[in-house]
Amino acid sequence: MEINITVIDRDGQEHPLQAPTDMAMNLMEICKAYELPVEGTCGGMAMCASCQCYVLSQHPLQEKSPDEEAMLSEAFHVKENSRLGCQIQMDEKLEGLKVELAPE
Amino acid sequence: MIKTDIIIIGAGPTGLFAVFEAGLLKLKCHLIDSLAQPGGQCAEIYPKKPIYDIPSRPEIMAGDLVDQLMEQIQPFQPGFTLGETAQDIEKQADGSFVVTTDKGTQHHAPVVAIAGGLGTFEPRKPDLPNLLQWEDKGVDYIIKDPEKYRNKKVLIAGGGDSALDWTIVLASVAEQVTLIHRRNEFRGALDSVEKVQALKNQNKIQLITPAEVTALEGNNRLSSLTINHGETTAEQPVDYFIPLFGLTPKLGPMAHWGLEIEKNAIKVNNSLDYQTNIPGIYAIGDINTYPGKLKLILCGFHEATLMCQSAFQRIYPDKRNVLKYTTVSGISGFDGSRKEAQKSTIKTIE
Repeated sequence: MEINITVIDRDGQEHPLQAPTDMAMNLMEICKAYELPVEGTCGGMAMCASCQCYVLSQHPLQEKSPDEEAMLSEAFHVKENSRLGCQIQMDEKLEGLKVELAPE
Repeated sequence: MIKTDIIIIGAGPTGLFAVFEAGLLKLKCHLIDSLAQPGGQCAEIYPKKPIYDIPSRPEIMAGDLVDQLMEQIQPFQPGFTLGETAQDIEKQADGSFVVTTDKGTQHHAPVVAIAGGLGTFEPRKPDLPNLLQWEDKGVDYIIKDPEKYRNKKVLIAGGGDSALDWTIVLASVAEQVTLIHRRNEFRGALDSVEKVQALKNQNKIQLITPAEVTALEGNNRLSSLTINHGETTAEQPVDYFIPLFGLTPKLGPMAHWGLEIEKNAIKVNNSLDYQTNIPGIYAIGDINTYPGKLKLILCGFHEATLMCQSAFQRIYPDKRNVLKYTTVSGISGFDGSRKEAQKSTIKTIE
């Protein structure tokens, strides 16, 4: 099972991506798999904010965990719609998800 | 000048294990790391998080893995240059290398192994106008000696462990300590959070949350900060502003050493020995790349092992070498220690 998502890179270019929903992958990992410039330094522990993105579409995302809240409170360039890509698990409800990578 | 057989740049798990494999071949190692303690990311970023894919360890905390590696390599007496960044590398006429750190410490060896992980950890700097202008003139990102702040007015910004820990330390040294954070909640060890709470209750520190520094002012030195606190904006006189927003890895000076770089990693020849395009310089662990590369600690261990065999041949081109098993040969430390399997006794049972 795959869903279609769109990631806008830091140069403003749109990348339509197919994301599997049955591989326990998160958005940071999808970006890495497509070789988009997402570092994922901490490996997905919500501890580095290198996968911060702005969620542009209206999708029912999981609530932020205390760890994600804490990391976003220390990160830079944070906006209302900021999320950590590593905390967004791919599932069917996210068909059509659109995000933009935050500056490094 | 520090002389050794292998200079290892990066004291994370891969670099530490390389000391063991080198030791089995009677090669001495010296490690350089920009962090103040060995362990790399495991010690700096997630010491209290579990790792589940170390063979034979169903679960181990990253910090414990580092401690155990340190114990394992102890017989081979590695040297350490910690808190310094490998800045320059110079190839000598005889093919050996001199590696110099940002503090000027020099290391000389026939082989260099880069086990730099994601690179050098550098402080994350907040996006503030003129911030760079005040570096070393009142803005510090790393606290090296608390005494520097004795009887000074200090403002620390951040919400993690280092902000909390340094607030506690400086509270008894500085004239005034202010801790500000964008949220009311802090992320740190419970003990530290409670200590900071107590200091606040005793009016020994000033805590401003949720708040942010928005501007820096001064003449030759930083002298005051503008703080946004909810609806209000206030000026606060300070001697030092210490933003503690964690560390971020950068490839750093190594990027200019003439090594072949691909996607922020050093290209190596994985079919042989993880040597880079410069003979005598190897790259092992997360810092290297080759077809099929996986950034796993266990792969770093494997790479370190092959690297050491190749390094031995480079250092002693005429010596024959054969792989030995520690169960059979035991371990002879450079410190004179000896570990070996118990010999079975042969005795008649009457």
